[in-house]
Amino acid sequence: MTARLDNVAKSFGRTVALHPTTLDLGHGVIGLLGPNGAGKTTMLRILSSALPPSQGTVVVAGHEVTGTHAERTDARRRIGYLPQEVVFPRGMTTFGFLDYIAVLKEWTLTAARHAEVRRVLALVDLAERSTVKVKALSGGQRRRLAIAQALLGDPDLLILDEPTTGLDPEQRASLRGLLSGRPGTVLISTHQTEDVSALCDRVVVLDAGRIRFDGSVADLLATAVGRVHQGPSAASGAMQTWRTGTGLIRSVGGSPAAGSQAVEPTVEDAYLLLRSSAPEGATA
Amino acid sequence: MTTHIPSPALESYVAADPGLDDAAVWAVEVHLENCAECRARMAEMAAPPLLALLDDVQVAIDRGVRSGPGPVRRHPWRRMVHRWAVWSVVPWIVTVLSAVLAAFLLDRQFPERPSLVLLLAPVAPLAGLAVAWSRRSDPAWEITAGTSRAGLEMLFRRTVVVLATVLPPLALAGWRLGMNPALWLLPALTFTAATLLLGGRIGVDRAAAVLGSAWVLVIVVPAITSADLPVVIRSESLPVWALAAVIGTVLTLLRAGDHQRAPR
Repeated sequence: MTARLDNVAKSFGRTVALHPTTLDLGHGVIGLLGPNGAGKTTMLRILSSALPPSQGTVVVAGHEVTGTHAERTDARRRIGYLPQEVVFPRGMTTFGFLDYIAVLKEWTLTAARHAEVRRVLALVDLAERSTVKVKALSGGQRRRLAIAQALLGDPDLLILDEPTTGLDPEQRASLRGLLSGRPGTVLISTHQTEDVSALCDRVVVLDAGRIRFDGSVADLLATAVGRVHQGPSAASGAMQTWRTGTGLIRSVGGSPAAGSQAVEPTVEDAYLLLRSSAPEGATA
Repeated sequence: MTTHIPSPALESYVAADPGLDDAAVWAVEVHLENCAECRARMAEMAAPPLLALLDDVQVAIDRGVRSGPGPVRRHPWRRMVHRWAVWSVVPWIVTVLSAVLAAFLLDRQFPERPSLVLLLAPVAPLAGLAVAWSRRSDPAWEITAGTSRAGLEMLFRRTVVVLATVLPPLALAGWRLGMNPALWLLPALTFTAATLLLGGRIGVDRAAAVLGSAWVLVIVVPAITSADLPVVIRSESLPVWALAAVIGTVLTLLRAGDHQRAPR
């Protein structure tokens, strides 16, 4: 097991961002889904050690993030973290920014550090842009640069908060290839359900600071089987309906209209259905 | 005595003879790693197309290494500035330097009044500390806060930069006014240590605001209104300031873990 949150909770004043939560993160790619305000970013910040929990313990690769100074430092050596929003220091080049972060990650030997920076630049396909100022990069390139800093040192636990935001389809596919081949644990918070279905071995759905689902993608899909229909008219009581490219109306949930047929659900369908069944007051 | 690879075995290895079993291949390779003579013999045995291919690969690798991306060569000073400077402190530096200059000029003009340089010295580094360790001044705070060197080490580096900026003008002003350097230095160091210590609990910027406000309200304002030099900045208080600076620094080091979180 790479990481574990044990009875971890976080409150900001009276606002509970994360209710007491226990979660084991084993090897593989794990998707974290949830609406805005569900507590995803709070959970990721706690796991990355940037934010202390109000209660509970966090252990990464055998080192307690919530423990002593030395334990936390050991844990940090094994974590790579991509925040949701990254603002880059002014005036730095692509290489210079990664070099700076590598220094903060204790890469003290210059030759080894530069080799590591080149390695991660190549991984995110920015090797040719290494001498360019960060401000001259496109949005997608900046996102890839932010991902590159998380990859420095080949961490055991890679925490990515919405990594595919701003990436074009080709770059997203490339990132999927990069992440799927990684050893250790990759935890991805995303709104892109197609990323989850394409990449993740396991999915955790967080809602109003509580875990609503934790299982395989297949298990999540199974919860929606027989509840998604397509036909000439919308299902009554459906939580979401839309007209597809074929002219038929796809309904998620509800009672199917005459002439409708059950279709194979997607992760998005299953997620929407799960959200619709949230207990009163559990939605953000 | 050194035993070299027999020629038939080496020829089989070069020809990738399938009759050579794994153990024999492994033994040949281990020997080749450590024997330049056998490597030279093997090179002579290699077929010309293979040698030409190896040359081509070497040339291509050399070309790639030469033309590949590398770090931008910078002057050490520029590299240091980019790595450790926090540009948002520039307006603050200008403000503090102006305040020290104004205090110096007023002290020169009104030598019978309590020294403004001495009254300003304890709080002069505080604004810099507040700016140097806050989310607003470090755009990449969420990344840096999660790195293994984040925490007191990084805070100390920035504190040193702040002190290196603030103390020279104070020293210059104190020297020109003929003051004992300990009179302004010890209070400044004590308040710096206290800000770091308290900052671990409530945030460095809040600690700076609390301590700075307290000093101004309790010491500066009464001193200016009464025209008496407060006892806390007289020579007899120096041992207390020295003790407080040491205790504050030791406690800050002992509470290093408090600073391992993101700045507030």
